[in-house]
Amino acid sequence: MSKTRVATVWLDGCSGCHMSFLDLDERLLDIAPLIQLVHSPIADVKEFPENVDVALVEGAVSSDEDEEKILKIRERSKILVALGDCSVTSNVPSMRNQFEPNRMLHAIYGDGVIPLGGGPVPTLLRKSRPIHEFVNVDVYVPGCPPPADLIFDTISNLLAGQKREDAPAPKFG
Amino acid sequence: MPAKVITLTIDGRDVSAREDYTILDAAKEANVKIPTLCHLEGLCDVGACRLCMVEVKGIPKLLPACVTKVSEGMSVTTDSERLLHYRMTIVELMFSERNHICSVCVSNGHCELQAMAMRLGVDHMRVPYRYPTLPVDASHERFVLDHNRCILCTRCVRACDEIEGAHTWDVMGRGIDAKVITDMNEPWGKSESCTSCGKCVNVCPTGALFEKGRSVGEMVKRKAFLPYLTQMREGKK
Ligand code: SF4
Ligand code: SF4
Ligand code: SF4
Ligand code: FES
Repeated sequence: MSKTRVATVWLDGCSGCHMSFLDLDERLLDIAPLIQLVHSPIADVKEFPENVDVALVEGAVSSDEDEEKILKIRERSKILVALGDCSVTSNVPSMRNQFEPNRMLHAIYGDGVIPLGGGPVPTLLRKSRPIHEFVNVDVYVPGCPPPADLIFDTISNLLAGQKREDAPAPKFG
Repeated sequence: MPAKVITLTIDGRDVSAREDYTILDAAKEANVKIPTLCHLEGLCDVGACRLCMVEVKGIPKLLPACVTKVSEGMSVTTDSERLLHYRMTIVELMFSERNHICSVCVSNGHCELQAMAMRLGVDHMRVPYRYPTLPVDASHERFVLDHNRCILCTRCVRACDEIEGAHTWDVMGRGIDAKVITDMNEPWGKSESCTSCGKCVNVCPTGALFEKGRSVGEMVKRKAFLPYLTQMREGKK
């Protein structure tokens, strides 16, 4: 049987969801033979590959770069999993949404030059938003971060080609 | 004169209830659990959240169980696909209306809105978030009001008025612009009517009202005192 092509992505999040994923500990060894990790911040692959079976996306869509990425991820993945509150609700990144981004940046960084707009730093969208407001999401795994048990459960059910049943209860926060 | 007893069916089961009962009272006695948020034992009911709505045979619209009286022969359904759909939508609208950022909230893990979302199987909001600009009033020496997390259940308004008798709280504005205020929309800390009893804080289902000095996940609400205090008063159930 060919291995399931799995990608994990880090958009506007704190990497806590990826830490929780690593908290699968020895269960990672159970999953490893079944999957091929084709893209991940822990694998450092630059370009999001084609033909991904399962993409786990951490973080909200906050910049033009995030937006480009999520559209590409959707196009190239069969199953898109919103992993964690930032991805599902926009969570902490949305705390800036009450403020206009440029005024906020200047309030934080002072009056110096902020290299935005085509420069090395992506331009912030007016508001940080959950990924399902941009693309279709197949599975939602809320939690900040989602507990490792829930991530394990989600992944193993996806690998078995089943819908999640009797999953540990998720919760926001 | 003692109240008459009538019979009705709830989810197909025959039950009897006093004629002055609400559908919610009758369901509770029959051990049927209807989801509620604005209802709180010990306070009068106002039908603000609409989570408790049920289907009544012969009536096309849904009725809020907490403010609808039972009647002879009534046939009530408390649990259906249609009801679940609307209940989930209500919870999603509550989340998207203001800024509920659970992971940084003092009531994370002790929040009735969060718990309700999980109970109903809400795992994301199908309506776009509004992200309104809302203030926080930290002028009171012991308590804080954070409008970002208020769901306008008016439990605080009723507890302060009906139990404490201070009537510090009220609701100002309409629809999406409605908000709870203290006194004549003055800072809570300047309120002359507030006795600092903390009843409003303890009946608030979310992290909208909390005690100062509580950090994320610490604010546990104590509501058990309410029915007891109400029983001590005449004329209340
Ligand atoms: S959901 Fe929580 S743990 Fe995950 S990226 Fe966002 S802030 Fe970090
Ligand atoms: S602390 Fe007591 S008196 Fe003050 S507003 Fe709350 S319920 Fe009313
Ligand atoms: S402050 Fe709390 S108790 Fe008062 S209306 Fe808002 S959510 Fe309800
Ligand atoms: S509990 Fe009945 S309307 Fe809120």
